[in-house]
Amino acid sequence: MNNLIARAKELLENKIVQVIVGYEAGPTGVARPAFITNPAKADLLIYDERCVQNLAVYLTKPEVRNLGKMAIVATLPVMRSIMMLISEQQIFADNIIVLGVSSDGSLLDIADIKVMQAYIEKSDLGNPVKDRALLVELNKLSKEERFAYWQKELSKCIKCYACRQACPLCYCTRCTVEVNQPQWIPVQSNTHGNMEWHILRAMHLAGRCISCGECGRACPVGIPCHLLTMQLADEVHNYFKVYAGTSEKMSSVLSTFEPNDKESFII
Amino acid sequence: MSDFEPKVVAFVCNWCTYAGADLTGTSRIKYASNVKIIRFPCTGRIDFMLLLKAFANGADGIIVSGCHPNDCHYTSGNFHAKRRWIMFKELMDFMGVDMNRITFSWVSAAEGAKWADVVNTTVTRLREMGPYVSYRDLVNKSVEEEVKNE
Amino acid sequence: METSRKLIRKQSLEKLYNQLSATRKVYAPVIADDKQVEFKYNPGFAEVTFEHIRSTLSVKNIAFPKVENLFLYSNGKTESTITDIDLNKIPEVVLWGSHPCDNAAFDALRSIFEWDIKDEFFSKRMEKLVVIGLSCHLSDAYCFCTSVGLAPNSSKGSDILLSPLHNGDYQADILTEKGASIVNSFSELFESTSGEEVVLTTVKQKFDHEKVTSKLNGAFEHPFWVENSLRCIGCGACAYVCPTCACFDIQDETRGKNGKRYRSWDSCGFSMFTLHTSGHNPRNVQSARWRQRIMHKFSYMPDRNQSLGCVGCGRCSSGCPVDMNIAEQLEALQNI
Repeated sequence: MNNLIARAKELLENKIVQVIVGYEAGPTGVARPAFITNPAKADLLIYDERCVQNLAVYLTKPEVRNLGKMAIVATLPVMRSIMMLISEQQIFADNIIVLGVSSDGSLLDIADIKVMQAYIEKSDLGNPVKDRALLVELNKLSKEERFAYWQKELSKCIKCYACRQACPLCYCTRCTVEVNQPQWIPVQSNTHGNMEWHILRAMHLAGRCISCGECGRACPVGIPCHLLTMQLADEVHNYFKVYAGTSEKMSSVLSTFEPNDKESFII
Repeated sequence: MSDFEPKVVAFVCNWCTYAGADLTGTSRIKYASNVKIIRFPCTGRIDFMLLLKAFANGADGIIVSGCHPNDCHYTSGNFHAKRRWIMFKELMDFMGVDMNRITFSWVSAAEGAKWADVVNTTVTRLREMGPYVSYRDLVNKSVEEEVKNE
Repeated sequence: METSRKLIRKQSLEKLYNQLSATRKVYAPVIADDKQVEFKYNPGFAEVTFEHIRSTLSVKNIAFPKVENLFLYSNGKTESTITDIDLNKIPEVVLWGSHPCDNAAFDALRSIFEWDIKDEFFSKRMEKLVVIGLSCHLSDAYCFCTSVGLAPNSSKGSDILLSPLHNGDYQADILTEKGASIVNSFSELFESTSGEEVVLTTVKQKFDHEKVTSKLNGAFEHPFWVENSLRCIGCGACAYVCPTCACFDIQDETRGKNGKRYRSWDSCGFSMFTLHTSGHNPRNVQSARWRQRIMHKFSYMPDRNQSLGCVGCGRCSSGCPVDMNIAEQLEALQNI
């Protein structure tokens, strides 16, 4: 952590970046995003097990971008999000400095995109362990039980769209749910409409989701909606042998194809 | 259940399956009349949301069909569609939606007989499965949710 | 009416609940499978919790449902017919065990829905509502009722307010005619008070709301808003869990010839909330939307509705995915 603070100070003092996007402790003790522009305030930065939010969501936020060139405290999911955002041409690699942190909290030396790519490639890119276990449990259920499970969960949804807003890859300025000619997703919250919304969200993230689990964490009513995109991340790997966010040149799975893609259900 | 006739919506591409279905007719091949065909420019245009809307509006089954791989009028629309269908199928399976109610097929403009076969097997299967009650219940229950305070 | 104070034994409280629950809809808090506190209609008494700090969602939906039909229509060849909603079908509901902050929120909602023209849907639901509140003996770091002029045992908005005693019995303050009529129908369950002291939590005052209101007057262009909303991701979680947020969207949904016009919760935090048809958006950045949220609750509402738009329940802060802590921000605002 001291290394992180020292590095942040150095970057700000030498005017290499104008803002550090990292974590600070809020008044109730939870870690939350911090935007440090003044080197004297770099001491506020923390990094520990509480720091789980995917900060990459701020890379595309206009008001944060307006602050100038930024350095971002990046765990593995953040680095993978950055990779996706670069490959989808939402950000330029030259405009950000990555302050990589490893899972044990030590500062990594991520000099450029190549180094970041190498780090990502040697990491475990599957879903987080506890979510893997949940997925196994759900996949053991019968179809009817799964249908009932998701109905029960999605009936809680209040359509606050925290799942969408918290996701670094849901950066569209106008989401499909805001299109009303035709109205694809009902504005009101009801179980069926909520299910359509979560199917739409998961499909739009298929092959793009980097398994950070931020959507599920953001949900104020505790719907494990991250399992939907994580299941698809698994399937993407099963079918196409790729993980999202591993290369700046990779196009997402659903915007490309191989002529010999294998499936067994089309007659 | 013996007199149950499933409602089937078929989403087909203009260039192959629609022409194939036309050939079925001109060849005087009979097939189940349960199917309502909706013509699209290409399978690449068949949004998964349309399939959901079909179920929501009372379809018991769905057929999605287009040109064989390498035959797409727009070169690659069906390859993209294939990937999307793979993902859609897996997601629907995971959420417990009955994927036996959706038939995906490749039917070319020359395969009038295959189209009749695709429709007939789908309809026969759906007749055995009965109406898609669980999805309809979900939709109806959702309509009632709005007024539960009354 | 003159308020009165009675005692209700623990066993009698169970009887009261069961008898109310047998004859009408009772909306009471339970702890769900996933440990979240939610209000349910007529749960068994054993399920009802008396040990919760706050439910995940507020109870405003009892008066202002998340979705509510306004009328139904049917389109003919040349003309349409409109069917009004039969408001008399709205049932009597007893709200059980909601805390003073949530109950006070009904007054704030009333100041909006009955500000000028009375919203007949809201008014009817309020008319059919009896509130049996429960004073708080638990609180956490997110609570700040004392900063907005309330307290763990405020009676505002309650018809009967129960407050726990050390021995497990409850003190019952009968505050309105509605409350009195319930007590009268179950008078055998209530005893005269023993004067024992109630168990209450203490909530530290974090700011002075009057000072905040006066500071906000003239703080519209202050850099505070941008600086403190950088981490806001623009979801609607705060507005949807808030007991006093009253914004709604109106939509028509048609199927074939028939349709309905309904209203559903909306949030000023959404980027498209103020988008004009022309494409112009007067609140086009998140800082402007965050400012609106605070201004509306602490400046515009006191000014126009003579009511604060906040009851200090802390839901917006505890439910926020990025810890936009409203009490902390208001504390800072009174010193800008």
